[in-house]
Amino acid sequence: MSIEIKDHNKLFKEEDYIRQFENKKAYEAPCSPEEVQKVLEWTKTKEYKEKNFARQAVTINPSKACQPLGAIYAALGFENTLPFVHGSQGCVAYFRSYFSRHFKEPVAAVSTSMTEDAAVYGGLSNMLEGLENAYSIYKPKMFAVSTTCMAEVIGDDLNAYIRTAKEKNRIPQDIPVPFAHTPSFVGSHIVGYDNMLKGILSLVKNKDIQNKKINIIPGFEPYPANIREIKRILNLMGIDNIILADTSSAFDSPVTGEYSIYNGGTSLSDLFSAINSKATVSLMKFSSTKTIEFIKKEWVQEALSVPYPIGIKNTDFLLETLSHISGKTIPDELENERGRLIDAMIDSQAYLHNKKVALVGDPDLLSGLIAFCLELGIRPKHILCTNGDKDFENDVLELLSTSHFGKDCNVYAGKDMWHLRSALFVEPCDLILGPSQAKFLVRDTGTPLVRVGFPIFDRHHLHRFPIIGYYGTLNLLTYIVNAFLEELDRNSINGPNFDLIR
Amino acid sequence: MSAINTKILEEILNLYPEKTKKERALHIKIKESSDCSLCKVKSNVKSRPGVMTIRGCAYAGSKGVVWGPVKDIIHVSHGPIGCGQYSWWSRRNYSNGISGIDNFGTVHVTSDYHEKDIVFGGDKKLEQILRELKELFPLAKGISIQSECPVGLIGDDIESVCKKMSKELGIPIVPVRCEGFRGISQSLGHHIANDAIRDHVLGKGGVSKGSSPYDVNIIGDYNIGGDAWASRKILEDMGLNVIAQWTGDASLNELKIASKAKLNLIHCYRSMNYICRFMEENFGIPWIEFNFFGPTKIFESMRKIASYFDNKIKEQTEKKIEEYKKITDIIIEEYRPGLEGKKVMLYVGGLRPRHPIGAYEDLGMEVVGTGYEFAHNDDYERTYPEVNIGTIIYDDVTPYEFEEFTKVIKPDLVGSGIKEKYAFHKMGVPFRQMHSWDYSGPYHGVEGFGIFARDMDIAVNSPVWKLIRRKK
Repeated sequence: MSIEIKDHNKLFKEEDYIRQFENKKAYEAPCSPEEVQKVLEWTKTKEYKEKNFARQAVTINPSKACQPLGAIYAALGFENTLPFVHGSQGCVAYFRSYFSRHFKEPVAAVSTSMTEDAAVYGGLSNMLEGLENAYSIYKPKMFAVSTTCMAEVIGDDLNAYIRTAKEKNRIPQDIPVPFAHTPSFVGSHIVGYDNMLKGILSLVKNKDIQNKKINIIPGFEPYPANIREIKRILNLMGIDNIILADTSSAFDSPVTGEYSIYNGGTSLSDLFSAINSKATVSLMKFSSTKTIEFIKKEWVQEALSVPYPIGIKNTDFLLETLSHISGKTIPDELENERGRLIDAMIDSQAYLHNKKVALVGDPDLLSGLIAFCLELGIRPKHILCTNGDKDFENDVLELLSTSHFGKDCNVYAGKDMWHLRSALFVEPCDLILGPSQAKFLVRDTGTPLVRVGFPIFDRHHLHRFPIIGYYGTLNLLTYIVNAFLEELDRNSINGPNFDLIR
Repeated sequence: MSAINTKILEEILNLYPEKTKKERALHIKIKESSDCSLCKVKSNVKSRPGVMTIRGCAYAGSKGVVWGPVKDIIHVSHGPIGCGQYSWWSRRNYSNGISGIDNFGTVHVTSDYHEKDIVFGGDKKLEQILRELKELFPLAKGISIQSECPVGLIGDDIESVCKKMSKELGIPIVPVRCEGFRGISQSLGHHIANDAIRDHVLGKGGVSKGSSPYDVNIIGDYNIGGDAWASRKILEDMGLNVIAQWTGDASLNELKIASKAKLNLIHCYRSMNYICRFMEENFGIPWIEFNFFGPTKIFESMRKIASYFDNKIKEQTEKKIEEYKKITDIIIEEYRPGLEGKKVMLYVGGLRPRHPIGAYEDLGMEVVGTGYEFAHNDDYERTYPEVNIGTIIYDDVTPYEFEEFTKVIKPDLVGSGIKEKYAFHKMGVPFRQMHSWDYSGPYHGVEGFGIFARDMDIAVNSPVWKLIRRKK
């Protein structure tokens, strides 16, 4: 005899459990259903929105993480480099989990496991023992040291500690140990990325003869496939390049029956020669502000940021920039990809024209998404960037002003998804583009969500496909238009307009 | 019999510097005879700096484990942005209610400390946060303040703020000093969280339905994937009244009225034994441990629980066991042939390194290695009798050790957490997350056993493992 195994979705809708839940209420002292309904409806009103937007102190459902997360990300982009976090160990457990939930990959990082005694006496002994242990177990070619807020609050001096570790021969003299102070109470994960990357590049001081290479900074890039895509573009254009920090293998490695804590990454020889490249181009301005400044000043190299290359114009700009710097022409193959993307946009635009969207994400991703929306005739209605600053806001307002599809758009820098909940009730949208946590807005407001950005925990493999360049943008277009077509089907399933052809 | 022996073990540890090697050796033992005094592992001490540990922190133990599931109060992650973000709705503590209105399980509230809060202190900001929360969430029954590292380091006085604001707003506001640097793992966070419930909530009013001789509490079940509901069903089937669930799908009221129960039933001993001992001493409520994984342990536990009650309950229990057994027999018949003889290695926290062993054995599988993230001696004492001779026991195992043991022992299945999952996938070893039930569940109770069996079969018997072209 066989048995049906019911999972939680089915099981807890059964009569036995419905009854159990009803009976349990006798012990819960719950609010009355009327009261709950009344408050629920109230939270959808303009009045509630005003109260919600008036708050000064509390943050509810933010879309940002903290600095050391970004520092670990940058560290993982270099060959045999161990992310080494000075501070409490729980943070590192969280960072590793957070990445694994998004990339579905293992992530190696260590902590100095500071506890109460370190809070009193400082974390020097943790640092010394930590470096010694980590060196003998994980045999890194480079340590990338960052901090948690604990080490920052007590004021541990990384530079002095690392020097002491070398003086005391806890680790070899010649192993590079770049570091960055990454307090979680300043900025967000993208600032941590910037600080760590700058820390790593600061190792590189000896300039040789300039070559024709172009350095590319992908930024805090949640799509390993995007890094592969930029490399493909550079190869098609015949541009020698160095990716600073190349996380594409660390976050997308093949199953071979063996596990290695190090996977690919920018080689240390590339790192040390990157100072000789002709120029550095960052694809994420807000993820690399300090790094770009550093390269200009210390490496005396041309360094610039381009708008995140989603959509036609941003990709055009990227390719023209690369062509201009390198003197190489844009090959027909890329020109054809451009034509194919436009072909696809024309095929789909009727389903997208004048649709209103809400966007949630990191600043650079958002600027790319907004540009693409405007190209399609989609109207950005609410733009939420919890880790966006005034500069971001100005950039976005300028971008929106270039198109009448950008009119009447609300830009919320520094706000959170509880603000957005109110905004969506008062001024509804047809679609949300954002990370997995935006699914709570789907539940509350009924607006569908296309998952894009970081983190994406509840859909598989999206990070394995690019969303930048002409080819990557085609993927993004596919996700967006098909989301609308899915909605059409869902809404017409029992009606006459359940069309076979769309 | 496991393939590992002390010689191989020593070779594995040789990689460490001398001091670390000596220390780690104390945490790893092979059970060589039925005399458990020989297999005692060292536990509940600091992880070595620079050695990757799977452990978390006190905040994770309080906010993530004990307090987080309490559904009708708001939990403020007090400090910088990260901790609350990383622990946002990741433990799958299911609960009923309307999110953001009378249920706050999926709402992530944080004080998002900035530099100025670190420099000038965050107490004023906390006051304002509490007022804003009361205004925006009028049906919240209370608020808990889950402290992150800086709060304790900069000397904020959250106790005074909570006291003052609790009076002003007319709801309980509970300060919890679970800063991540306290203690050496999640464990102290559990204890601190228990103490905060004891000091601020337990026995302080609450509405109860009257009383019966059959009133019990479920303690230490966090309703992951619906576990506590599946467990409650068994207890209600036996004729008992569950008056409080701690803390899966718990309401503040249940935390208050638990002191009125006749018996405490504790599933996760590690995280909530403290409150059971307190209720025993102060309210005279006895407590017993139980295990609702797999039929052998479920039936054993049902009889043990029934033994505390009258014949009516005992008879009803036997009747139910007979009924359940028909179902679990079918589950075993269906899944055992595909799982018979398969070897399992576990590394989890709380109760999971020992409680599911019986369920694996019900399916013909053998646990050949197990260990805890944050156990104390008393957890290991409860574990030794549950494992066979030859089983390796590892405390605060490092990923390096775990992977090396796996290479030697060659288990057919590894059960551990998200940080471990994908490393084992790269090694081509079937894996199930045993914290979150890998987004499945419940695993507790009779229905849970069916899901557990199905999931282990899914992991072990997927054809995909055979496609791997292994590097020579």
